[in-house]
Formats: sequence, structure tokens, C-alpha cells
Amino acid sequence: MIIDINFIGLIIASIMASAVPLILASCGELITERSGVLNLGVEGMMIIGAISGFALMTVTGSLIIAIFGAMLAGVLISTIFAFLTQTLITNHVATGLALTIFGIGISAMIGKNFVGIPGKEFPVLYEGLKDTIPLLGPILFGHSIVFYFAFALPFITSYFLKKTKIGLIVRAVGDSPESASNQGINVRLVRYACILYGGAMSGLAGAYLSMIYTPQWIENMTGGRGWIALALVVFSTWNPIKILIGAMIFGGLTIIQFHMQAIGVRIPVQFLTALPYIVTIIVLVVISRDSRKIRLSTPSSLGKSFHKDN
Amino acid sequence: MIKIVKRDQPSRAIFFFTPVLAIFLTLVAGGLIFFILGFKPFEALKFFFIVPIADKYGFSELLLKATPLCLIAIGLSFCFKSNNWNIGAEGQLTFGAIVSGGVALLFYEQEGFYILPIVILAGAIGGMLYASIPAILKTYFNTNEILVSLMLVYVSKLILDYLVVGPWSNPEGFNFPETRQFSDSAKLPLLFEGLRIHAGIFLALAAVVISWFVFYKTYLGFQMKVSGFSLKTAKYAGYKGKKMIILVFLISGACAGLAGVGEITGPIGQLHREISPDYGFTAIIVAFLGRLNPVGIIFASLVVAITYLGAETAQIFMQIPKYTGQVFQGMILFFLLASDYLLFFKFKFIGSKK
Repeated sequence: MIIDINFIGLIIASIMASAVPLILASCGELITERSGVLNLGVEGMMIIGAISGFALMTVTGSLIIAIFGAMLAGVLISTIFAFLTQTLITNHVATGLALTIFGIGISAMIGKNFVGIPGKEFPVLYEGLKDTIPLLGPILFGHSIVFYFAFALPFITSYFLKKTKIGLIVRAVGDSPESASNQGINVRLVRYACILYGGAMSGLAGAYLSMIYTPQWIENMTGGRGWIALALVVFSTWNPIKILIGAMIFGGLTIIQFHMQAIGVRIPVQFLTALPYIVTIIVLVVISRDSRKIRLSTPSSLGKSFHKDN
Repeated sequence: MIKIVKRDQPSRAIFFFTPVLAIFLTLVAGGLIFFILGFKPFEALKFFFIVPIADKYGFSELLLKATPLCLIAIGLSFCFKSNNWNIGAEGQLTFGAIVSGGVALLFYEQEGFYILPIVILAGAIGGMLYASIPAILKTYFNTNEILVSLMLVYVSKLILDYLVVGPWSNPEGFNFPETRQFSDSAKLPLLFEGLRIHAGIFLALAAVVISWFVFYKTYLGFQMKVSGFSLKTAKYAGYKGKKMIILVFLISGACAGLAGVGEITGPIGQLHREISPDYGFTAIIVAFLGRLNPVGIIFASLVVAITYLGAETAQIFMQIPKYTGQVFQGMILFFLLASDYLLFFKFKFIGSKK
């Protein structure tokens, strides 16, 4: 059997495509968590982004409005979370869960009128270059702008956290809000910003799903990706570059599933579908077993409320 | 001028008042949403919250929906009180239903008084087994229980799907994704002729009584409370943390498993793809709304059960999308958490003296 080298390139490209929403949402959540806030509402923000993007695209016809609108929707919904956890000092876990439940409900409510409407084609870049280089051609070229952005994001995030002053402030707030506050940093403001940024990235991740990856609106179409994105942040030990690796593993699991079914491997389809969830658990166990390492890399104030008296 | 002042001590009265406030605010916000969607707010709220329970049948349906919510929420309160975030009750419910359904199918041609207790027990064990996974991974491998328990929800639904489509599907069922009907001996008895409310409600009530006793009268309850306040203190006091974590997860899993049994041996009478409209997730809200207090949870489960019924009625009579129920559930939790602010802070009116 001769395997076409371009076919392998296509498979890798499809794995990367399915990794995109995970990378976007994880990188957003990573910034949020680095500032000390645990937002479990990723799934909710993502699904809101998915329906907002699709609805805006259908109604306005503009892809740009749709993409930015989805990010704005993510920001708006995460504002609820930010207001509750930062201003009203509520429990992060419970508030995040409420956000997810609320998001799924609202999205289905808005999405009722958009079920069954076909999506639009999203423009891809450098389509013509696809066949110029064997193997690498399909991997590098012919993708949407969001795709390229997603693969740049971990590096941008890493640079931001390590090399910029604002990145340093975010880390300081996450590791020791008390001392950051004593240094005159407005902890609440920084956390608000990080939460809203996480919302924007989750919104974008959702829009990618409903506008580019599978251009249509299906209820609950995020299907747990928001939760996997949360797991990826733990997997990465809060290091953005490792998110890339994790997202590729999960993208790979999703894609392999399709190919195994296509070749007719006799494993029940439900088992293959369950694989990403099972692997998430296994990966979490392997990563977390070393409790010292986890403790060293976790933002110290993660999930703890900070309230400045007086 | 209004000034926000921290209370010296969380207010006890407000502790039980805020859930009521949260429900009220949810109604107001819900009315607003209906208005935005182009419905008459008061009429919509009437169809949502009053019409569904206006008759005998409606009330029975209310209890039918409140039963699993109450049962699961009681179990969850063991976890939440002790700072264990089991959010996968939906998975434990599903797995409990799978195990008890499997046992019920073994007896499908038989009758006998002994069958139902075995089926119920199997469900509790199934739920416990499934809850033990996040518990063991948390205690011995330091793994985040939130993510593990949640991932297992997806896995359990896929297992159920596999079974009802494949090996357990009814041989005479024309390939419908469902199992055989259980024998009558494996079904929970109905309480009233013509109504769907069944004996499962007694399981929920028993859970309420037992949990009340455990919370307030036993050493375990005290340990849970201390661990909930501060894990450091609990360690200092020498509590065996790991044992307690596993125990609360098992209790919570058993309750969710029993709720699963109630669903399949009560109204459904067989296994099929969708045995629970996310009771396991909604019960998280019920647990909080009930303030992790057994009696509070009874009231909370009734209130939240209405959102299920209301969503159905409003859809039939006013074409309001049924997901409004979920929106209401999310809002209740938002408002509840928000109004908790009043527990710790108070508004002080400062008159400007001249």
C-alpha cells in the first residue's frame, strides 16, 4: 500500500483544525487562571460565542461582524462572572457552573430560529500554495485566519506572561494578590480584565466551531470542548506552549476516531467517541500525580477570592 | 449617602432569606426576558409557574420531578459541605440506572417481592462505584475531581447509548434504542391510580431524614463541617481526610444512583437513551438554593422542579422555547450567589448632619 504523503499532510491539518477551539479557549482560560481566577464557565461562554457568531453571520451577512460579535458576546457573558466573583466575592466554582448552565440555556433559546440554516463559506488564505510543497503544503496553507491566529496564540501568550510588564502584573496578582495590592496594583481591575479576555477567547473558540469548523448551528454543539479546554490548562501546568501539545493530542483523538470508523475498525462508535474524555482523565491523573510539581506551577491564589478591606 | 459595611458576623436570618430573594429576582428577570422575546411577561410567568401545578396531575408531576432533584441534591450536599466538588452526579445517576437496569433485565420474565430491593440496591451500588472513581483519583492521585467527575458524565451517557443500541436492545423492539420493559416486580409501585408519582419519593424523604441526622448529630457531620471551613484546621485536628472524601463521594454517588433507579423503574420502566433531563446538573443548583440544608433542599427541589414543568407548559401554550427552564435555573444560581453578598456586608445609610 502506498500512502500518499499529501494525505498524511491533510490528516495532520485536520488534527490541527480540530485543535483550534481548544487552543483558543485554553489560552484564554490560562490568562484568567494566571490572575488567580478559576472560571468553570468556559463551556457556557463557548456555546454563547458559537450561537452569537452564527446568528450574526446569518443576520448581517458579515463575517467580520460575526467574529467580533462572538468575542463581544463572550466578553459580555463573562462580565456577569467577573461582577459576581470580583465585586460580590462569590465562590468561583459555583459561579462558573451557573455560567455554563445559563449559557447553554440562553444559546439554545436564541438558536431555536437558526437550526437547519446552512452556514457560509469562510475564506481561507494561501489556498493556491497548498500543492507547492509536499506534506507541508496542506499543513501550512489553505486555512482560515482564525486557524493561524490560534497557532500563534500560545507563543504570544507565553511572551506576554514572561516578557511584558502587564504579564508580570497578571502573574503577581495570581501568585500573591496581597503583595500585589500592597504594591499599588488594582487586583480587582486586573482580574476583571483577565476574565473578560478569557471570555473573548472562549467566544472566538465557539465562533470557530459554528462558522468555520462545522458551519451550522447545532444545540450543544460544543459537546464538552469547554471542559476539555479547562483540563488542558491543568495539563499544561499553566504553560501556554504545552497547551499546543495537549490540544494536538485531543485533536488527534477526535480525528483518529473518524478515520477508524471510515476504515471499518470494529470498535463500537460510542467507545471511540468516549476516548477523548477517558484520555483527559488519564492525562490529568498522570500530570497531577506529582503533587509537588502541580503545587509549584499552580497560581497560588487560584480560585480564592480576594477582598481588600477598607 | 449609602456606605457598604462588613458585618461582624454573617447574618443567620439573611442566610435563609436570600434564597427567597433570589427566586424573586429570577422571576423579575425572567419576566424581563419574556418581555424582550415579545411575550406578555405576566401571562408567560403564569404559564410557567402556576398553570403547571394547578391540578392534581400537575402536582403529581411536580413531585415526580422534585424527587430525583431532592435525592441527588441531598447527596451532593455531603460533598459540597466538605469542600468536595462532585459535579458529575448526572454520570452517577446514569451509571446507577445502567447497573440497576441490567439487574432488572436479568429478571425480566420473573415476578417476586425480592426483585425490587435487589434492583434498587444495584442502582445505589452502581452510583457509588462511579463516584468512587473521582474520589479515589482525588485522594490518591491528587487529580481535580471537578474535571474527572464531569468527563465521566459524557462517558456514562455513551456507555448507556452503546448498551441500549447494542447488546441490551430489545430483541423484539424493531431496533429502537431501548431495552425490554422491566417486569412489574422490578418497578416502583405507583402511589395513586392515574398519577405518575411513585414510591421513589420515600427514598428521597428517607435521604432527607438520614442526612439531617448525619449533618447535625454525628461526628462525621462535624468533621465535614470543619473540613468545609478550613482543610488546614481539619488536618490539624487529625481528621482522616482521605477516608472522609471517599465516604462523601460514595454517599453522593449512592443518592444519584438511587435517583437513576427511580427514573427507570418509575415512570420509564425500561432503559433508553435519555433517562434524565440533566437532573444531575440541576441538582447542584437545588443543593445551593437549599443552603445544603436537608429541609431547605426539599423546598428548593420543589421550586426548581417547577422550572421543568413550566418550560413544557410554556412551550405548549405560548410557544416559548423550552430551554427557558435552563435559563431560569442558571439565573436562580446567579442571583443566589449574588445575594449572598448581603450575608457578609450591609448597607448603611449615613445621613448628612448639618
